[in-house]
Amino acid sequence: MIDKFIASAAAALADVPDGATVMIGGFGNAGMPAELIDALIAQGAKNLTVVNNNAGNADAGLAALIGAGRVKKIICSFPRQTDSWHFDKAYRTGGLGLELVPQGTLAERIRAAGAGIGAFYTPTAHGTRLAEGKETRRIGGRDYVLEYPIHADYALIKADRADRWGNLTYRMTARNFGPIMAAAAKCTVVQVRERVELGELDPETVVTPGIFVQRVVKH
Amino acid sequence: MKKLDRKQMAARVARDIPEGSYVNLGIGLPTLVADHLPHDREIVLHSENGVLGIGPRPAKGMEDEDMINAGKEPVTLLKGGAFFHHADSFGMIRGRHLDYCVLGAFQVSVAGDLANWHTGAPDAIPAVGGAMDLAVGAKKVLVMMEHLTKQGESKIVERCTYPLTGAHCVNRIYTNLAVIDVKADGLHVVDMVEGLSFEELQRLTGVPLNRPQAARAA
Repeated sequence: MIDKFIASAAAALADVPDGATVMIGGFGNAGMPAELIDALIAQGAKNLTVVNNNAGNADAGLAALIGAGRVKKIICSFPRQTDSWHFDKAYRTGGLGLELVPQGTLAERIRAAGAGIGAFYTPTAHGTRLAEGKETRRIGGRDYVLEYPIHADYALIKADRADRWGNLTYRMTARNFGPIMAAAAKCTVVQVRERVELGELDPETVVTPGIFVQRVVKH
Repeated sequence: MKKLDRKQMAARVARDIPEGSYVNLGIGLPTLVADHLPHDREIVLHSENGVLGIGPRPAKGMEDEDMINAGKEPVTLLKGGAFFHHADSFGMIRGRHLDYCVLGAFQVSVAGDLANWHTGAPDAIPAVGGAMDLAVGAKKVLVMMEHLTKQGESKIVERCTYPLTGAHCVNRIYTNLAVIDVKADGLHVVDMVEGLSFEELQRLTGVPLNRPQAARAA
């Protein structure tokens, strides 16, 4: 019998090693898997590369992970916020690496990893400093920049409902990066609001099929 | 002359968005455009974080942390609205499905280059978000900004001195003084605020402008 539910967030993240690449879902606080991040902080893995749209807000979640000194590098589109003081400090004091990626390129690089694409050309950022040093190509009279997928060891995401096969539905704009990160990581760990019986989710409304999910924690 | 305030600028942009348009409003000043869209037009607002059909801000106490716009402000969903993931959301942008995007700017060049994400200061923390995708993706890129910097310098320039967001991407500029089209043969003034002459606008702007069509005919 397949049952992807794990008793606790701590158990679900026990094997995250130092140096892992960890995708963390969420756009600001919407869809951020706060309990999983807390468990990752408690677990102690360090030198992490984190992929998220932002770089943490205020003192909780990703901001706390950065504040705890566990992050070596962050790949994101929008680190600077009015309340990103943990990132700002870690970045300015030189310890934290930053790879700044346009938001759509970030999403597509994550999607490409999950879809088995080796690289792709995007018009975004051509002629800007974020494309400096990158391969470019003119296709059909338009200039494109070559971009590579972002793979991850773990994805930590938040969904609304899950069954024991790991089929997921999301809630409103909390969906954001969840479905594409789930597909891009070797091990996807999901925090859900509600566990439902197999067959209870309308197959027409499943957003992330269980094949992309390894572990589920009900919070 | 009667300079437009922020609300008047938003209303001026809103007036030009036709019925049936799919539109993305950038963070900050452009977000105000939503409040001024004519009620007799159905216009679908898109947000980068995976939503079409954004409605007004919810009543106090009715905010939901899962229902936000790209500026992370609470919003509502209109009937007919839809949610989707981030890769689909930017597929809509990059794939030329949006009719308009409205962006703020530090500078716009005569060639339609846009600079709006970085001041170039070496100690600044860079943040780009979805601006570069919107600049290359929307069918029409509208810029909304003050005409002059606080120091009185024109934000419409020969060449952008700030790092670019996109090259040759801006179609129309809305400022607190004028509306200006960016075309292959240069900048064309569409209209100006009351009490401002073309000569005065030209003096303030510093790069060559073409007179409004109506004025030329007169």
